[in-house]
Amino acid sequence: MTLIKPTRRAFLASTAGLVIAVALPQARRAAAQAQGEQNFAPDAFIRIAPDNTVTVLIKHLEMGQGANTGLASVVAEELDADWAQMRAESAPANTALYTNFAFGIQGVGGSTGMANSYMQMRKAGAAARAMLVEAAARDWGVDASAITVEAGTLTGPDGQTGTFGDFAEAALDSEVPADPALKDPSEFKLIGQKLTRLDSPGKTDGTSEFTIDIYLDGMETVAVLHPPKFGATVASVNDAAALEVPGVTRVAQIPTGVAVYGTNTYAAFQGRDALEVEWDESGAETRSSAEMAQVWAEAARGEAREVEASGDIKAAFADAATTHEAEFVFPFLAHAPLEPLDGVIQLGDGEAEVWMGSQLQTVDHGTLAGVLQIDQANVALNTMYAGGSFGRRATPASHFAAELANVASAAGPGAYKLLWTRENDIRGGYYRPLTVHHLRGALDADGKITGWQNTIANQSIIAGSPFEQMMQDGLDPTSYEGSTNMPYDWPAHRVSWARMESGVPVLWWRAVGHTHTAYSTETFLDELLEMGGQDQVQGRLDLISAEAGRDRAVLERVADMAGWSGPGTGDRRMGVALHESFGSYVAMIAEVEDRDGHPFTTKVWCAVDCGFAVNPDVVISQMEGGIGFGLGTTLYNEITIEQGGRVRQSNFDQYRMIRIYDMPQIEVAIVNSQNDPSGVGEPGVPPIAPAMANAWRSLTGATPRRLPLQDAGV
Amino acid sequence: MSLSLTVNGTTREVDVDPATPLLWVIRDELRLTGTKFGCGIAQCGACTVMVNGQPTRSCVTPVDTVTGTNITTIEAVEGPEAEAVQAAWVELNVPQCGYCQSGQVVSATALLQAIPKPTDQEIDDAMAGNVCRCATYARIRSAIRQASDTLEG
Ligand code: FES
Ligand code: FES
Repeated sequence: MTLIKPTRRAFLASTAGLVIAVALPQARRAAAQAQGEQNFAPDAFIRIAPDNTVTVLIKHLEMGQGANTGLASVVAEELDADWAQMRAESAPANTALYTNFAFGIQGVGGSTGMANSYMQMRKAGAAARAMLVEAAARDWGVDASAITVEAGTLTGPDGQTGTFGDFAEAALDSEVPADPALKDPSEFKLIGQKLTRLDSPGKTDGTSEFTIDIYLDGMETVAVLHPPKFGATVASVNDAAALEVPGVTRVAQIPTGVAVYGTNTYAAFQGRDALEVEWDESGAETRSSAEMAQVWAEAARGEAREVEASGDIKAAFADAATTHEAEFVFPFLAHAPLEPLDGVIQLGDGEAEVWMGSQLQTVDHGTLAGVLQIDQANVALNTMYAGGSFGRRATPASHFAAELANVASAAGPGAYKLLWTRENDIRGGYYRPLTVHHLRGALDADGKITGWQNTIANQSIIAGSPFEQMMQDGLDPTSYEGSTNMPYDWPAHRVSWARMESGVPVLWWRAVGHTHTAYSTETFLDELLEMGGQDQVQGRLDLISAEAGRDRAVLERVADMAGWSGPGTGDRRMGVALHESFGSYVAMIAEVEDRDGHPFTTKVWCAVDCGFAVNPDVVISQMEGGIGFGLGTTLYNEITIEQGGRVRQSNFDQYRMIRIYDMPQIEVAIVNSQNDPSGVGEPGVPPIAPAMANAWRSLTGATPRRLPLQDAGV
Repeated sequence: MSLSLTVNGTTREVDVDPATPLLWVIRDELRLTGTKFGCGIAQCGACTVMVNGQPTRSCVTPVDTVTGTNITTIEAVEGPEAEAVQAAWVELNVPQCGYCQSGQVVSATALLQAIPKPTDQEIDDAMAGNVCRCATYARIRSAIRQASDTLEG
């Protein structure tokens, strides 16, 4: 997701000093607090325990992107810790301590995790190191400057040695340095190296705890039945049969539907299936997605609000030797994280504790308190590992936290686990918006591109949400990001946006606007280059502006890796695509063959410049995952809304996931531009679809204009 | 109704509706939470356990059909194949969100127990029922090959 950046400076400026915690035995910590030792705000970022473990509190949700490993490695680097002594733990919800500077709230998205924490974590690590050194200096009666630290061991001038754990308590009496000295990158030992992910062992032996794994005493499991159409509400409920299911304890109507409580999951599910509910559909969205796509397409063909332009676009088309035109239709998409949305709440009298994979903790925390009508200070929100998110757990509307709170409120004090089924998830809305693009291109007699026009029609993700202030003069950049700020220099261009409305809730979906803009722009450009008789790599390089050096570098690198000499002529063809998103630059070449009329991608080469690569192996794994995620979506996925308003798909039998046999071989190169680190969670997704489609066009002569490919009859 | 179930070498009595999917007995009654719920219709493999050594989707297996069998969950997969698989998984940093990985490890272990040196096709076939939404498939393949190599040596 793209969020406003202007506030960043303001938040950096208002972030007072650094807070570091050195773990203490509980009693001593309480005593220290009681004595008003203000320098130690326990549990802020670092805890060093007497057993010599160093725990980094991670303010961002770990949803697979490697946040825990990444942020802990940055701390470990400045601390000169041994990687084996490092641990990571999710930080509790606390906006004052754990704000994401990119947003001004606690939350993560837009691939901002590393970018906004890099310096903060380095300073935290360096400060903790200085405090340990100072403690050792006092203890040994030597000058702090005479102490060295390596791999978790402090060494004094006379051969004294000690561990971090040895000085964990004494470091409490050290000054917190305001501006600790940071290493020169040439001295880095952990940053830039392949490290074992801190979360791998637990995720490999089944011991990692996700929200679904929480079992509290007397806890009831809750299943919900949602209306069959967006905007419908409950008219009446007959819960007699549900209440007869053994293990069902109660049925309650909540604002989002009907909740069934059970002593175990199976009872709750069975009870839900036994409900008889009449729905009030008077306010429901009843249009089909096909009907909406027609309305969107009409808007994309018409005049829309200009968002970026250069040159004289009218003249470019009037004077063109050739023009070209294409319409692209991108479906609604569900995120389908493998762990369905879930949350656990322990509701007491005037207090509550909640566990969930919250991606926007500040928003969810406020919502929980609001719905429960409990002072936020008395609501604890614990962030759990999330079994995937892809944007789904970052809902500005905070609808899941609200539903969880409503489930608890309706039943009263007790412990509840709200567990969505896959059907709740696939049919639950908050989709990547249905989008139509209309592109026009003008070529002169030499085959040079002289005009580029793109009109995009879709719903706004942020309008009407609590993030509405991110709208820029009525424009929602997440709707068209990636179609603007392109690296190419055209004599004239115009990008416009038509804002559409529907009753279907939409949300950012891994790479957001870039998921569709990369596809339309990079396939249409490929066609124009072919019409102009130009090579797809050299033609792009010729168009790339002087300022777009990072785009140029990744494109040249990927062409080199793949041994590009055109798309080829045999059974396997190559296609190329280049796209920047969230500050990271990615070029891909896909090699594709025709298997029984379907595209099969055999190999993908990927060059990525995400600035300084803090954890190169995490960067590579995010590119690999992004490629698989993007490929599967392009081949198989769409949410179809039927005439009348029901969602056709409901589970993985119809919303098909990419499987191991679909996966290409992947080769990733990191192009290190020495810029500040930028995100990698999303930028691997956008280029794969157009790269694959461009190769497919070479095989078949046509670009799929309607995704997914399976739906386009491919 | 009381049923007798042998899970991870221990036989226990559970008092459940006999139609309850094995998944929910393992999780809700036995509190073995490594086995996950992803779809409930045998499409994703997150709930994979071994029943008499065979990888089985516990979400669609009524508990009364597996009394008298040996059920093994991620918490107790063991032996040289399991060790090789888990070591390769950690070394190659396979997991991302990790939610599918219990099922992947159980399926991969069962594969190597049956076929110590699988071909690429055999790997794809054996792992086809395990969805990874994070698409860690490239590393899953590499880790199975690596585990297979260490088993040989
Ligand atoms: S939960 Fe059993 S296969 Fe998906
Ligand atoms: S690691 Fe996330 S689903 Fe596989």
